[in-house]
Amino acid sequence: METVRTYNDKVVRQFTVATILWGIVGMAVGAFIAAQLAWPALNFDIPWLTYSRLRPLHTNAVIFAFGGCALMGTAFYVVQRTCQARLFSDRLAAFVFWGWQLVIVAVAITLPLGITQSKEYAEPEWPIDILIAIVWVAFGIVFFGTIVKRRVKHIYVANWFYGAFIITVAVLHIVNNLALPVGLWKSYPVYSGAVDAMVQWWYGHNAVGFFLTAGFLGMMYYYVPKQAQRPVYSYRLSVVHFWALISVYMWAGPHHLQYTALPDWAQSLGMVFSLILLAPSWGGMINGMMTLSGAWHKLRTDPILKFMIVSLSFYGMSTFEGPMMSIKTVNSLSHYTDWTIGHVHAGALGWVAFISIGSLYCMIPRLLGLSGMYSTRAIDLHFWIATIGVVVYIASMWIAGVMQGLMWRATNPDGTLTYTFIESVAQTHPFYITRLVGGLLVLSGMFIMVWNTAKTWAMARQPVAAVPIPTVVAA
Amino acid sequence: MSAFWNWYIIALVVANVVGIVWLLLATARRKRGVVEQATTGHIWDEDLQELNNPLPLWWLGLFLISVVFTACYLAFYPGLGSTVGALGWTSNKEVAADLDENRRKLEAVFARFRDQPIEQLERDPQAQTLGHNVFVNNCAACHGSDARGAKGYPNLTDGDWLYGGTPDTVVASIAKGRHGTMPPWAAVLGDQGIEEVANYVLTLSGQNADAALAAAGKARFTATCIACHGPEGKGNPLLGAPNLTDNIWLYGGTLDDIKASIRNGRSGSMPAWENVLGMDRVRLAAAWVLAQAPRAETATAAAPAAGEAGQP
Repeated sequence: METVRTYNDKVVRQFTVATILWGIVGMAVGAFIAAQLAWPALNFDIPWLTYSRLRPLHTNAVIFAFGGCALMGTAFYVVQRTCQARLFSDRLAAFVFWGWQLVIVAVAITLPLGITQSKEYAEPEWPIDILIAIVWVAFGIVFFGTIVKRRVKHIYVANWFYGAFIITVAVLHIVNNLALPVGLWKSYPVYSGAVDAMVQWWYGHNAVGFFLTAGFLGMMYYYVPKQAQRPVYSYRLSVVHFWALISVYMWAGPHHLQYTALPDWAQSLGMVFSLILLAPSWGGMINGMMTLSGAWHKLRTDPILKFMIVSLSFYGMSTFEGPMMSIKTVNSLSHYTDWTIGHVHAGALGWVAFISIGSLYCMIPRLLGLSGMYSTRAIDLHFWIATIGVVVYIASMWIAGVMQGLMWRATNPDGTLTYTFIESVAQTHPFYITRLVGGLLVLSGMFIMVWNTAKTWAMARQPVAAVPIPTVVAA
Repeated sequence: MSAFWNWYIIALVVANVVGIVWLLLATARRKRGVVEQATTGHIWDEDLQELNNPLPLWWLGLFLISVVFTACYLAFYPGLGSTVGALGWTSNKEVAADLDENRRKLEAVFARFRDQPIEQLERDPQAQTLGHNVFVNNCAACHGSDARGAKGYPNLTDGDWLYGGTPDTVVASIAKGRHGTMPPWAAVLGDQGIEEVANYVLTLSGQNADAALAAAGKARFTATCIACHGPEGKGNPLLGAPNLTDNIWLYGGTLDDIKASIRNGRSGSMPAWENVLGMDRVRLAAAWVLAQAPRAETATAAAPAAGEAGQP
């Protein structure tokens, strides 16, 4: 046995820097395409800069580059701490980091070139899909290998969620991307018609459920109690909502295909399971928020906790909104409108980005052997700018979406539509500009984070001393 | 759906719902003597602990209500495999019922215009409103919401009609559609020939052109183009061949546009709307369109050349 064993924080630091970098890139592309919707001339008649190619670049960058790096980095940090064991393999962990960066760069090059499978959130072509699968399996081996060699008897709740996220995303990715290649950069899916659509949205909604929800709930279950210095509210609540969440999410995909060629039974199941999903989702929100009971006063002084509690609020709000939008009657109004865009960003910015940012602010000093970030006031400023930005974004898309839904369904007594499509576009224009303002606020918050992180990094002793694994094995 | 998939779906749905309800109720039971504020006794990473508070009652209720709603919904609507549901509802039946209801309501709106001649509909404000609604819903995508068209899509307000501007021809254009084709002449005329003919065509509408090229083009025009466009270039509404003398251009009237039209040909297509809209709406749209154009008593109607039977 070695004398002093340490945690592998190098790969976590790498993922942390990558998270912030890709966050800036992904959100900047988002702001740019938001501007294109308001002023279409901004594509400059250059094919690589058209909305149709940059939109998937934006979604892939924020979900898989920003979100993915945040999840991988924190998963490696959390699994080591809660297992009191070094990562299963340093070399494999390094492969996961560099492999994932290669995936991101390959996606960022091919999508603007127009190389795409045209499946939402699964656009990259088959060579990249294979690389993703390999890196993902390596990620799983490192994570579960570390769980196996843990020196703590019980597996901490955060690891259940990270584990479910890793296993399910592997299954989703592989099944949805089964395709026959007809060239290096072109393939056709093995599914066709309504089956293809259903497989795609089974994947698509579970990407939300497992990538953007289960993974980040894992993050929440470690960093919220850590930052609040309070125990998790209820163990049994975490058991119930974990199993309910991961089983029920599997059914929710058809709600993306209400009023389509999908068979009636599948549409019904998509709706009712989405409604059941409300309670399991709120179970996570309750467990996070109530962890602060007895420590609410800390919100006055700790902007990191503010990020976390607001993220849980947005999580609760968007997981209420989602089931509501899956009700067929509501869906007939909301579908295809910007309401959906608002809903997605309530989850993606309000929940995913906020919990990630809060967790990073909590973790960065610990990764550098420091007691805190360089500037707490800068975190506070970041919090307020980002919060206002998200609210402006969501509110403008809500109004625009409901307005579009009402305009599109309005009919004259003679059965014709009251408004032409272009009239609804013209009415939406001011809301597109407002949304851009919201997005730019969120983006500027990220620049404050870059500055604060750079200043914090400069305070650290280089090289950073490795953190020893406590020798006393916890219960 | 085969019996296997039917039972597969039913089994998965029931197992999932019953499973979570069982877990919920098993967890919700409060064990006697357990101190609620105590932690589970496990500690991770030096200070991470868990309390074991009971499930909030309102949350438990919310969960169970959603399950009860699901059970009821699946009893009444399709969902459990091929089970139809007590209401016998299907989306196909709902669409059919909605369409019937809609037709019944609209019949009352359209019936009174059915036997009126187009000329009368042109003067009836109510008919004009209906015609305009039909137009912006169906025609504006190509002809523009102001009916002024775009390159390749005729302007309907200028009194110039490719297929004739009488009520009958306009109704026929909408109901049956039109397909206007100009063949490509590059192989026949060659580059020099295209240059010459294009210059000659410019002179037909009184535009500036190279006189020498135009003079040479006249002979080629007579040999190649008059079959459709007529000896004077005034076109032929039976074929939809445009009048080249009125300086109104479907595909642009610059030298380059005209050369491109001659070299590569043109193909324009107006879909047939009779089956989509029904004749009531077709006639109302025609009446509105005709009302937008200047009165067409003096509209040119080139005499059809003998033997040139019109294509629909």
